[in-house]
Amino acid sequence: MDLRIAHLYPDLMNIYGDRGNVIALAQRAKWRGLAVEIRPYSVGEWTDADWPDVWFFGGGQDQGQDIVGADLGAKNGAALRRAVEQGAAIFSVCGGYQLLGHEYVPEDAPPIAGLGILDVTTRAGKRRFVGNLLADSPDGQLIGFENHSGRTYLGDRAKPLGTVLVGNGNNGEDKTEGAVQGKVIGCYLHGSCLPKNPWLADRLLAWALGRRHGDVRLEPLDDRSEQAAREQATAVARARP
Amino acid sequence: MPDALALLANAAGKLTREGLRVTGRGATALPGLVALTVDPDFISALSSALPHGVVCVSGTNGKTTTARMLADMTRIAGWQPIHNRSGSNLDRGVAAALLADASWSAEPRGDIGLFEIDEASLPRVVQRVRPRLVVVTNLFRDQMDRYFELDALAKKIADALASLPADTTLVLNADDPLVAGLALRRDARTIYFGVDDDAVGGTVPQAISDATRCPRCRSPLRYERVVLAHIGAWSCDSCGLARPARDVAATKIVLGSTGSELVLGGPIAGVFEAVRVPIPGLYNVYNALAALAAARALDLGLTDAIGALTSFRPAFGRLETVDFKGRTLRLVLVKNPAGFNAAIGALLETGRRPHLLAALNDRDADGRDVSWIWDADFETLAPSVEHAVITGERSRDLALRFKYAGLATERLEVVDDPSAAIERAVGDAPEGAEVVVLATYTAMLGLRAELARTGAVAPFWED
Repeated sequence: MDLRIAHLYPDLMNIYGDRGNVIALAQRAKWRGLAVEIRPYSVGEWTDADWPDVWFFGGGQDQGQDIVGADLGAKNGAALRRAVEQGAAIFSVCGGYQLLGHEYVPEDAPPIAGLGILDVTTRAGKRRFVGNLLADSPDGQLIGFENHSGRTYLGDRAKPLGTVLVGNGNNGEDKTEGAVQGKVIGCYLHGSCLPKNPWLADRLLAWALGRRHGDVRLEPLDDRSEQAAREQATAVARARP
Repeated sequence: MPDALALLANAAGKLTREGLRVTGRGATALPGLVALTVDPDFISALSSALPHGVVCVSGTNGKTTTARMLADMTRIAGWQPIHNRSGSNLDRGVAAALLADASWSAEPRGDIGLFEIDEASLPRVVQRVRPRLVVVTNLFRDQMDRYFELDALAKKIADALASLPADTTLVLNADDPLVAGLALRRDARTIYFGVDDDAVGGTVPQAISDATRCPRCRSPLRYERVVLAHIGAWSCDSCGLARPARDVAATKIVLGSTGSELVLGGPIAGVFEAVRVPIPGLYNVYNALAALAAARALDLGLTDAIGALTSFRPAFGRLETVDFKGRTLRLVLVKNPAGFNAAIGALLETGRRPHLLAALNDRDADGRDVSWIWDADFETLAPSVEHAVITGERSRDLALRFKYAGLATERLEVVDDPSAAIERAVGDAPEGAEVVVLATYTAMLGLRAELARTGAVAPFWED
């Protein structure tokens, strides 16, 4: 069995250590004996948008985000939408999460259109949310570090990924963090997210493998190091939010 | 003559300093904070009396080493630098350095100010001191929780530099497009340094690069040669901007495990004998070039400056070595992916399988977001590691990073107590071997305090 990972705009959307999410997906697949290939998808027309099982989309600087927004506004955006319709999974963080939503509304400029793959909308905020972020969800806690000024609000079709315990999450108002819609996830968790939240990594792996291989049972891994890192980071988040 | 407020600020700061020293504590920042609270213009009041003016050294990596090299060069020329050599580099650290070398009547006992400045503080500090020279070593992503995005930071620095008078000279890294771009909106003397040895670096852009776009027109940059991240021989096909001509360059570099030999070239270098940089790593070649270019900008003699380099001793945690129980500890401060990658590059060039003691903290001075370790190239380091002891307040994140980079569990050990971690790391290394200590700022302070307790190193502020 094999896994195909796409890394979206690794040259432009790569500033908060989010690359660790790709490393986590790849390693956790390899440790289970799967063959893994990772391909970059950047500016310029993609010819193989039907190839990936799972796409990773990280955070970037404003400049990078402008360029990426323009690129996704053309054919590549439509290709990504089609890929999701045909069963691919997406994991997105911060800037990538915002671009998957309907639009980003700056303070004093016209709205910037997003892809609308996630039923969320983001507005510019004045104060930047910077700090440890801990959220609860029915399937486990989520731990990471947020660093964003955008405020994201969920529509009816997107469900919150978690409920904020420490930090601000989507908007600092409604206690939600992240969004899930089908096999698409967006969140504000840097850290990197997936190494310290292995249950979420494994969910994405199962979704990704399901695209071409049907229902796959993932063998459990020895996650004691992951668990130890979660516990330490959670204690830090509670002591120093 | 300083005004009454400056005199008062000076007295208040000096009393704070005396109080801290009597109680045996370091005085690298708090006295400065006190003086600045009394008189916000304290720095300019004192530094304007310095006959040779003020030099500000900034950038993400290498500023402490570059400033110390330059300080040695000015001393050989007979000058007396006032220098925040402890690396306390916010404006309070600058004020504290001025206090330490000022009389009670607020007159500086020195003739040149040599200030290492935190890059986020640089725009504010240059407005206060009107420097004669501003040196920028490089700009990389660093502590995203504090500096935020690099493009925005570079723009702020460029704005501040654009507002400085024409008699301020810039000394910039030609090989870093973000740094070279700082001079785009200035019409004043700029001296560039860089590496012109075609054998240095590769042709393939590296995974993590902070400036893939032209600083002028934002088109993708083309690289003939990549040294580290976005540092290299760059040009823009779209608008024609390219790496500026180097005034001081290394035309040949031979890297060794204890230091490097380089041949200098360029219009204001002009000596063709080998220069020895007595600390290893290509990044220290860049630091030496920055210091030499600054020395030339101050009209110091090149032969003296090269002589000062030869006897250079590294600063706190900058490849400083400490003898401990028959082993050598090599202290390497790491705080961002570029610095980490440069350090491990130097480490792996020695060809030895390193014994590591690695420590990760997440306090303000370390960067509260530990995500950066996932951008650092642990995948290159892991296969060579003989044994690693991991400690610090975020030891588990660091251990997890090593695990995902492929380091076998039996080579990895987490020891939370810093004293026990040092013992364990030393115990695992054979007699006479080197233990490489990779640590973030406050983690290094903690480890160094332990070493000071055993008498292996002097306390930090006496350095």
